[in-house]
Amino acid sequence: MSDQLYQDRIVALAKAKTGAGKLADPTKSARRDNPLCGDRVTIDVRLDGQGRIAEIAHQVRGCLLCQASASALSSVAVGLDAAGIAAVRHDAERAIGREQGEAAEPFDIFAPVAAHKSRQECVMLPFEALKDALS
Amino acid sequence: MSVPGMSFDVAAVRGQFPILSQIIDGRPVHYLDNGASAQTPNAVLDAVRTYETTGRANVLRGVHRLAERATDAYENARADVARFLGVQPMEIVFTGGCTAAINLVAYSYGSLLKPGDRILLSELEHHSNIVPWQLLRARSGIEIDMIPVTTDGRIDLEKLPGLLTPKTKLISLAHVSNVTGAVVDVGAVVAAAKSIGAKVMLDGAQRAPHGPIDLPSLGVDFYVFAGHKAYGPNGIGVLWAKAELLDVMPPFMGGGSMIGRVTFAETTWAPAPRRFEAGTPPIGPAIGLGAACKWMQALDWTGAHAHEMTMVQHLMDGLQKIDGARIFGPAGLQNRYPVVSFTLDGVHPHDVAQTLDSFGVAVRAGHHCAQPLMDRFDLDGTTRVSMAPYNDGSDIDALLTGVRHAAKTLR
Repeated sequence: MSDQLYQDRIVALAKAKTGAGKLADPTKSARRDNPLCGDRVTIDVRLDGQGRIAEIAHQVRGCLLCQASASALSSVAVGLDAAGIAAVRHDAERAIGREQGEAAEPFDIFAPVAAHKSRQECVMLPFEALKDALS
Repeated sequence: MSVPGMSFDVAAVRGQFPILSQIIDGRPVHYLDNGASAQTPNAVLDAVRTYETTGRANVLRGVHRLAERATDAYENARADVARFLGVQPMEIVFTGGCTAAINLVAYSYGSLLKPGDRILLSELEHHSNIVPWQLLRARSGIEIDMIPVTTDGRIDLEKLPGLLTPKTKLISLAHVSNVTGAVVDVGAVVAAAKSIGAKVMLDGAQRAPHGPIDLPSLGVDFYVFAGHKAYGPNGIGVLWAKAELLDVMPPFMGGGSMIGRVTFAETTWAPAPRRFEAGTPPIGPAIGLGAACKWMQALDWTGAHAHEMTMVQHLMDGLQKIDGARIFGPAGLQNRYPVVSFTLDGVHPHDVAQTLDSFGVAVRAGHHCAQPLMDRFDLDGTTRVSMAPYNDGSDIDALLTGVRHAAKTLR
């Protein structure tokens, strides 16, 4: 049940707030709202000449799962382009049970969310915002 | 949990709701999400089952005996709802829900308004009492004004006089806030509206589940509520309007049952309420809602309300002992209903609610379809505890245990 949902690693990742904040001079920014719960994620990215993420920052007004997901995403995003982020997204989708297969770190920690369908969008919202920022 | 001198028998009430006797994952059901949907007593389940098993047929059309049974049950339900509100049955329109009822008024009554006419809402309204008026504004050029709220989550009626204009045609407000539980001073609103000839509509979604309402004494013009929040089935709602208003309002939807005579050249309308009930209505849900209104009318609301307020006090006392828990809304028991929102510093409302679920406690968290209110107070959302007469102290105790656990583990 939910006690298992809030495992220490998820809480720690959310509290770490990796990449939390704003970029002074972002190449692109995007904001995504979840109209069902009101969660809001804003992502800034600075891209290099090849379209790869050189710097990323996020502002999350949302739950612990959304914060943890934004932290996890920020921890792996630098150096990736849109295709690379799409590949990482598969890990998150696998972790929450939307795709078959094993999820790699750090997204494997979201495995407990597979049993909570109503919370899966919380994990995916930062990916949606980043996808918009890279499009 | 009953007040000394009161004889409200919570166990007897609770025993009429079969869903509450369940054990899920080893825990009892502590259902405190009544503001979203209340549970349904045997009286309602039995009424719907009786219709479905002994009288299921369409209404108003057939001459066979099942059709007559269905029609009788449907019209009896209208009469039961009318008695609950102290009005005439022919002033009761069955709709698909509370939202559908507000949309009906916004479309139909709204079509009688002229560009530049004004509708006055409040900052704490549910989206269902905002968006239909915005749609009307887009269609017909009316204007929308907004009464702000006080810091304790009440509609600030001191601001009301300054917002009234000769063009204000309707004031539409939540009777009871679905976020803060505050009840609006209806007398003050009606007096202000009368001074300029405006109509008053109340969204009674959160008030109707707490006992019969004497609409004539309130002096309002429109009243709406939802069946599923008032111990009835889903898919049914009620619009009440004064007969003279219904008489001049054009149809909302067209179809069978709402007509007088149809030709390709011209169609005439049935009188109200039929004019507003196009097509086959939600017959079973209406019958269930009639049973719910009868059930509510038989309840001891003096005892029930005292019991509800005792639970509110217990909840507030418990929350005040939890570091970082803050009540959003009226801090006292006066002029409120048992809907209590709170925030917990450092823990998102969804995480509070998810933790509570692991303790068997059902609450609602988020913006409660009141985003303008959340924006006003710069809130991500709140956790909302909404009570019914079948709740008891064990529900509140389980909730407080869960909130303490969330405070300890999630920040």
